[in-house]
Amino acid sequence: MNIAKILKVKEMRRCIGCFSCMTSCAVVNRHNHSLAKSAIKIITSGGLSGSMAAVVCAGCTGVRACAEACPTGALADREGGGVTLLPERCTGCRKCVAACALGAVHFDSTTNKPIICKHCGVCTQFCTHGCLEMEEA
Amino acid sequence: MLYENTITVLYVDLSSRTTRVEKRADLNDYFGGVGVAAKLFEENMKPELEPLDEQQPVVFAIGALGASIYPAINKTAAMFVSPLTGELGESYVGGRLALALCMAGYDAVVLTGKYSYPCYLSITGQGVEHKDARPLWGMLSEEVWRAIHDNETPRGNRSIMRIGPAGENKVAYASVNVDNYRHFGRLGLGAVLGSKNVKAITVTGDRNIPIPSDSFKEYFKVYRSIFDKITGTDIMKKYRGLGTAAYVLSLNAMDAFPTNNLTSGHFESVEAISAEAFAEKNLVRKMACAGCPVDCIHVGQFRRQFKNTGYEYEVVNTNYDYELVFALGSFLGLKTTDEILMLIDAVEETGMDAMSSGVALGWATEAFQKGLLSTGETLVPLAFGDTENYVKAVWYIAGAANEFYSLLGRGCYHAAQVYGGQDFAMTMAKNEMSGYHTGYGILVGSVVGARHSHLCNGGYELDRDHEQLTSQEMVEGLLKEEKERCMTNSMIICLFSRRVYDRPTIIAAGRAVGFDLDDAFLTRIGQRIFQTKMRIRDKLGFDLKQVQLPRRFFETPGLHGVLKEKVAKEMIDLYAALVAEEMKGSGSAG
Repeated sequence: MNIAKILKVKEMRRCIGCFSCMTSCAVVNRHNHSLAKSAIKIITSGGLSGSMAAVVCAGCTGVRACAEACPTGALADREGGGVTLLPERCTGCRKCVAACALGAVHFDSTTNKPIICKHCGVCTQFCTHGCLEMEEA
Repeated sequence: MLYENTITVLYVDLSSRTTRVEKRADLNDYFGGVGVAAKLFEENMKPELEPLDEQQPVVFAIGALGASIYPAINKTAAMFVSPLTGELGESYVGGRLALALCMAGYDAVVLTGKYSYPCYLSITGQGVEHKDARPLWGMLSEEVWRAIHDNETPRGNRSIMRIGPAGENKVAYASVNVDNYRHFGRLGLGAVLGSKNVKAITVTGDRNIPIPSDSFKEYFKVYRSIFDKITGTDIMKKYRGLGTAAYVLSLNAMDAFPTNNLTSGHFESVEAISAEAFAEKNLVRKMACAGCPVDCIHVGQFRRQFKNTGYEYEVVNTNYDYELVFALGSFLGLKTTDEILMLIDAVEETGMDAMSSGVALGWATEAFQKGLLSTGETLVPLAFGDTENYVKAVWYIAGAANEFYSLLGRGCYHAAQVYGGQDFAMTMAKNEMSGYHTGYGILVGSVVGARHSHLCNGGYELDRDHEQLTSQEMVEGLLKEEKERCMTNSMIICLFSRRVYDRPTIIAAGRAVGFDLDDAFLTRIGQRIFQTKMRIRDKLGFDLKQVQLPRRFFETPGLHGVLKEKVAKEMIDLYAALVAEEMKGSGSAG
């Protein structure tokens, strides 16, 4: 049986700020070198001398705030948590971006659509310090 | 620019506050990085004017393959006229600067002119802004970074470089601090920016760089293979582990660890300042540059009581590396990791090159001991191991506290010309020495290298890896490696990963993003860049025959015993002959 997995942010104190998670997400999921296209964002609050944080979809279950805010039904519930973007329905209104309390719905100004984490796990493959992990939902 | 067959150059004139962007296909002949920087510098430098004349340019350039597209390819080159040596200033930095420039859409930036009052330059993909920095003038490196970090928008992929008081006061080895714990360290870029009234430069960008659909598969395959080579093998293990400070014990065991102003190559208290000691007592964090999975940036912590009564402490985090442990440790006889971190912190806050600062203080200490200087000049007595007074002296240099410290701020070569002690002012062609007393390779390599750095040609590796080379073999090895590093620096592959990026790997990486690379091209690029740098050096008036080396290099035994001045000079002459031969073909377009 194929159990859905979701991305979990685990040990950000161990993060070295290499951005390999962002690079790999942007490359694999968006075929783009720009870190702005990544669904996961590493924030260095206070620079490298401060603490690191990962801003990424938490994989909400139940009512997803982003989906609830979407006026066109472009965000469908994903099995195990989070949402899936149905691009043909999306109008680029950004209401999903404003709805997420984590600020984890990023926006692609090139495509005029939100950047939705697929929980594909590619970022975890390039995290050398165990900050990111895939968990069974 | 990646996937575009052109080099995008941002020209900013600070005097008139005018800007233009040029897309220059002709610069492809120089590939990128140091090649493009050298060509732009050659076009804009003014050899007849002083190093700090406002018309002198500062050039920044990123590598041909962009930045952070592959692991450990994430550096920015800077070129300027060095106020320390009066000739080619060339320095590199990691951090996020290259990524930010790449995402802002610029391969290179050329700054000329001077602000009429202190400003900071904000560079984005949309253009530039000149912002008032008068409230920031006088601020320490960390303070000014904090002020800009918290107040400047936009954020995102951003890099912040700035100078401290030393740059404002034009100390000839003032550095530029970039992001956190990274620096354009050597040869005085901080003074050049200070002379232009540039307190800081920020770069921000989030450009769209789509990967062409026909190259995605191959690109990601190569990316992954390089990532695996870096993280899954032992090639870069030492940088991930103890860091470069691991050289402390190994160089000490070779009698090549410069101690007490190179009166010895062996430090008695070495165990107490080893990488192992730092790791056990002070290491709190390791960090990486953007796009590199190797956490080579080692951050050490110490606490300092700031009142004599009561439990009042401040905690300081600062970065340490081998060169800092040598220059601000053994070279000055400091015996504990806490004391070394304390001195590093002072150098960091004032914004100076750690190596030149330590080596200049080493000369001053011995000159004081020998009676060439008194407290009339030094203000506090200087003695090997006296950390407290060294911290004060660092602030005196940065603040140009009196005539003596102003002169020491021009470098110990210049200070020794006035006060004496040239025999133990440990410079190589006016640049303060690096931490390797390994033999002729490092000594001759630093003298003949385009920027007199241990990084020009890695001469210490020739010393370490060979029992004894003939003079001819040595200079041929130095020349070959310098040209090869010109080539790798056209992509600005981090030197730490040079064994990951062998030629087949470079060719595969380049091809996967659309560059038709082969061995012949790489050789040609290295040669062309080398020739350009030599032309620049000649125009700026450098002459190998004029170099005076301090006697101390030929008195203190190192890895291969005591060196002979005659042999070193023979090698320098041989190298000059090889370069003359090399330059015969420099007029060709290749």
